[in-house]
Amino acid sequence: MSEAAIRIPSAAQARSHAAITEPRLVRWALIGVALVFLGLFLVVPLVAVFAQALAKGLAVYGQSLVTRDSLAAIRLTLLVAVLVVPLNTVFGVAAAWAISKFEFVGKQLLITLIDLPFSVSPVISGLIFILLFGRNGWLGPWLAAHDYKVIFALPGIVLATLFVTFPFVARELIPLMQAQGTEEEEAARVLGAGGWQTFRRVTLPNIKWGLLYGVILANGRAMGEFGAVSVVSGHIRGQTNTMPLHVEILYNEYNLVAAFSVASLLASLALVTLVLKAVLQWKVARQLALAADAGGMKP
Amino acid sequence: MRIALRRHSVLPGFGLTMGFTLMYLGLVVLIPLAALFLKSAGVGWEHFWSAAWNPRVVASYKLSFGASLAGAAINAVFGLVVAWVLVRYTFPGKAIFDAMVDLPFALPTAVSGITLTSLYAPQGWIGSRLAAMGIPVAYTPLGIVVALTFIGLPFVVRTLQPAIEDLEPELEEAAASLGATRLQTFLRVILPTILPALLTGFAMSFARGLGEYGSVVFISANLPMKTEITPLLIVTKLEEHDTVGACAIAVVMLSASFAILLLINLIQWWSRRHREA
Repeated sequence: MSEAAIRIPSAAQARSHAAITEPRLVRWALIGVALVFLGLFLVVPLVAVFAQALAKGLAVYGQSLVTRDSLAAIRLTLLVAVLVVPLNTVFGVAAAWAISKFEFVGKQLLITLIDLPFSVSPVISGLIFILLFGRNGWLGPWLAAHDYKVIFALPGIVLATLFVTFPFVARELIPLMQAQGTEEEEAARVLGAGGWQTFRRVTLPNIKWGLLYGVILANGRAMGEFGAVSVVSGHIRGQTNTMPLHVEILYNEYNLVAAFSVASLLASLALVTLVLKAVLQWKVARQLALAADAGGMKP
Repeated sequence: MRIALRRHSVLPGFGLTMGFTLMYLGLVVLIPLAALFLKSAGVGWEHFWSAAWNPRVVASYKLSFGASLAGAAINAVFGLVVAWVLVRYTFPGKAIFDAMVDLPFALPTAVSGITLTSLYAPQGWIGSRLAAMGIPVAYTPLGIVVALTFIGLPFVVRTLQPAIEDLEPELEEAAASLGATRLQTFLRVILPTILPALLTGFAMSFARGLGEYGSVVFISANLPMKTEITPLLIVTKLEEHDTVGACAIAVVMLSASFAILLLINLIQWWSRRHREA
């Protein structure tokens, strides 16, 4: 009898464990379906990029990267990222500070407006700058009279890239800084720290991983943007061709190995972005947990 | 009396950061977007209407909407399986697969475009096998669906994962102890709880598909009336120096995107209220 009494809870436990998972066969089937799907849509394409780039060996791969046009495209892409990412980072930090540290009317609307570029098609992101700065655009005649070139030149590419990467840093920082609250900064102020000092010594250490995360994402998109840049660049070889546009030109010329060689550089950038993203997400989660613990210990 | 638009705070820098935020937002985002609507408003209703709704444009709307819907639906089904497996089960390589879900976000769209095309072309690794079965993919509408499925995948998985993590096991245990089979528990307890997240992911994947350009233009044959997506038509109009035509189509597309954005916000508002009730 006592034996039966002991067995009852264990049977109930086994049942309750079984109750929140599926039979083993179903589990294996679902894992199988998920892996086949991910394999087909993610792993195979990723392998294919490098396989095609190396299809004619390492020497041809290297040669197609050091052509004059490829090097010019790499230089232009790096230049655009160097100009765009810092600007959007400064904006992201400023916007997150205003939104997370103060209470004001219309905050939700402001957050929605900051996210707006994410729901605009890349092609439209380029089109709007043509309307402003193109030959028949609002500022077109004035620009032409003063011999400034925006569309089909570097400034147009920078503007379109600024637009498409606009929300990245802000949208990573806003929820993080809202969760961290204002207590630490207020304490620093009460203890006599200046505004800039408070930001640099208190806020920045708290948000550094989230900030880096946003910067990495913005940089990935800035270097890889195709649609918006394609509309404003004019595709002038060696001058206004970024790496993604150069990939397109090489591909359309049936120069597949060269196209995939340049593409493999962009794919490597994407892989680095993914690894850093995984690491930084983990760091941000830990920082948030620490902030929550500290909050819990307060009387 | 002064009406307080913001609560007093001891922290400095509100004026500076808010001023910069609004100025930068205005210069980079709002003024350029306003230019699009002003330009379209200036051309007259009839001109706008004929540019935005002629047969070639309407055919592109149908294709873009249909292919995006199909891609989002595929993602809703398989994305649910992927998210479920990644949250609930353990298997070797899980962390790597989890990290790889973001690949379509991180991979530049031109790279996705040429890679998917070379894979699904009649002589490609996957395309040759499908062609042997009589299913051509690249350069057909099916190819566009493949590209849009690839692009939209992370949206569904990444919105579902937190929702599945937040499920309370007590509810599932209660359902089971009341005699529900696992399938009944899934359909009547789990699915209704994660439905808002599933719908949000579906809508985000759909919206992204509507505007997508880079990954589609390579795998599509880009034939007018047949395989020409709406964003490509905007580019074509621009190349023909038909700015008004490009603007009219862009306004229709942008309105559709904003409507979806509103819908996503409504779903989230509804699910928050539902959970609090």
